[in-house]
Amino acid sequence: MQLLVPVTDAATVDDEFEIDGLAVDERYLTYDMNEWDEYAVEAAVQIAEAGDDVEVVTVTVGPERVEETIRQALAKGADRAVRIWDEDLADRQLLDARAKAALVEAVARDVDPDLVLTGVQSGDAGFGATGVTLAERLGYEWAAVVNQLDVDPAGGVAHVHRELEGGVEEVTDLELPAVLTIQTGINEPRYASLRGIRQAQTKPLDVQTPAELGVEEADLDSPLTWTDTREPEAEGEATIFEGDAESAAGDLATVLREKGVGQ
Amino acid sequence: MILAVAEHRRDELRDVSLEVLFAGRELADALGTDLHATVVGGDVDAFADELNREGVDAVHTVDHGEEFNHDVSVQALEQLVDDLTPEVVLTPHTVNGLDSAPALASRVDYPLVTDAVALAVEDDTLAVDREMYGSKVETTLELPAERALVTVRPSEWPQAEGVGDAEIQPFDATIDESAVRSTVTGFEEVAGGDVDISEADVLVSVGRGIGEEENLDIIHTLAEALDATVSASRPVVDNGWLPKNRQVGQSGKVVTPDVYIAIGISGAVQHVAGMKGAETIIAINNDPSAPIFDIADYGIVGDLFDVVPALTEQF
Repeated sequence: MQLLVPVTDAATVDDEFEIDGLAVDERYLTYDMNEWDEYAVEAAVQIAEAGDDVEVVTVTVGPERVEETIRQALAKGADRAVRIWDEDLADRQLLDARAKAALVEAVARDVDPDLVLTGVQSGDAGFGATGVTLAERLGYEWAAVVNQLDVDPAGGVAHVHRELEGGVEEVTDLELPAVLTIQTGINEPRYASLRGIRQAQTKPLDVQTPAELGVEEADLDSPLTWTDTREPEAEGEATIFEGDAESAAGDLATVLREKGVGQ
Repeated sequence: MILAVAEHRRDELRDVSLEVLFAGRELADALGTDLHATVVGGDVDAFADELNREGVDAVHTVDHGEEFNHDVSVQALEQLVDDLTPEVVLTPHTVNGLDSAPALASRVDYPLVTDAVALAVEDDTLAVDREMYGSKVETTLELPAERALVTVRPSEWPQAEGVGDAEIQPFDATIDESAVRSTVTGFEEVAGGDVDISEADVLVSVGRGIGEEENLDIIHTLAEALDATVSASRPVVDNGWLPKNRQVGQSGKVVTPDVYIAIGISGAVQHVAGMKGAETIIAINNDPSAPIFDIADYGIVGDLFDVVPALTEQF
């Protein structure tokens, strides 16, 4: 069985930051494996551990920086990785869901996965559209926001729960092959072992360009233009209690008592 | 034409459908065009009546199945979009929206922008505002207003009101059953447990900032001192530190206590959706730019490991 896991890194922003043109200044960004993808990697590795002859391949669209995240995925048990990048991609203002899915699709056609597992969304841009777009391009079945997964490879079925709003889960059976977007909390992502980290250094990590994958320029062009980036206007009218912890806590306690709390 | 896609679940039209209508009417006015709505599956006639709000020109109903199934929905909407050729299609940015909108966009070849918090039109260009980095940054994306599919964040627009004079038009979609490769077999409620946080008057709610499971002790101690109930944001529950029935937010419970004390919670939109109705909101967070302060009534910018024990001392 083949498993494909599109993984990416995601940036968090420091408490204080500056915007430089359309982007947050790199000095204020910290990159780590995208939180949702950590759960997708874990889900894939668990399936691999439970079955015989399962290969887990990760695929990532991104610059050299993202190899740190890819090595993490390899250290946690993925078998090999493909990273897609070139100068042209680096120069583009944005890659929309269609473009990213077109790039991942090219690798998927080669890997021919039974199951694609990826995060629901990235923690930074939060578009949440690459996985389902990929499914549609591949002609695969799909399920978004999966928080429980039981794969039956022999039966060609995945039994999933989809986490809807308001504490309700939808119980669904879907035919393989399929793309599942994985919700946080579905499992407990492992920490990489020292042995895993050592092994990851020798696992294959191929870097491919869109041209090498046969992806046309037209598939990467987007009608979207990113025109502005700003800090939202503070809407808050909160009364902020200043001073050290004791005096601020004292002021807050006064408010709480006025409201009858802790009486 | 603007086409607004409604959402329903278990025999009820979801409120976000009416918000999409409101956003759609604004957009239709800006473009000088009509607003049509559509609903696929369920009691479509009853839903159509509900969707017939002021400013809606037509409602297209697809009578197929009881519950949302993306394989049916995407097929039906593909045919409807081909038939109507709307300039802009608006759908809810919900879990089922995430499950269907990207596939629809791909199938009808409409550019997709998700999770819009504001929409504007100027010179045939559609400007979509979205947020990044957990609401700390706002961006604008522009695309031609002649062909776009946009998913709309819930609770950002009011609900369309009044009664319109929309024409209800059954749409005869041809559903290829062999292309329906998923079956919804049921729904499950997340276990209730012994505590109902939605009944609590005072909630002490803890988030990612708590760092480690053993640190939760200071939260429980504060809650005891205040005679309050402990709740949590998603990361704490994902880590298994508190049970799912303590989770406040879009996928957890909606709570409306008298006092909500958010500790180490940044205030991501999914969390805020579950607690913004609290009468008094208090935030304790070391990040002054955390979005939670935008909706808080009172706040302390500081290290929760200093502030929480100090607050407990006061009671």
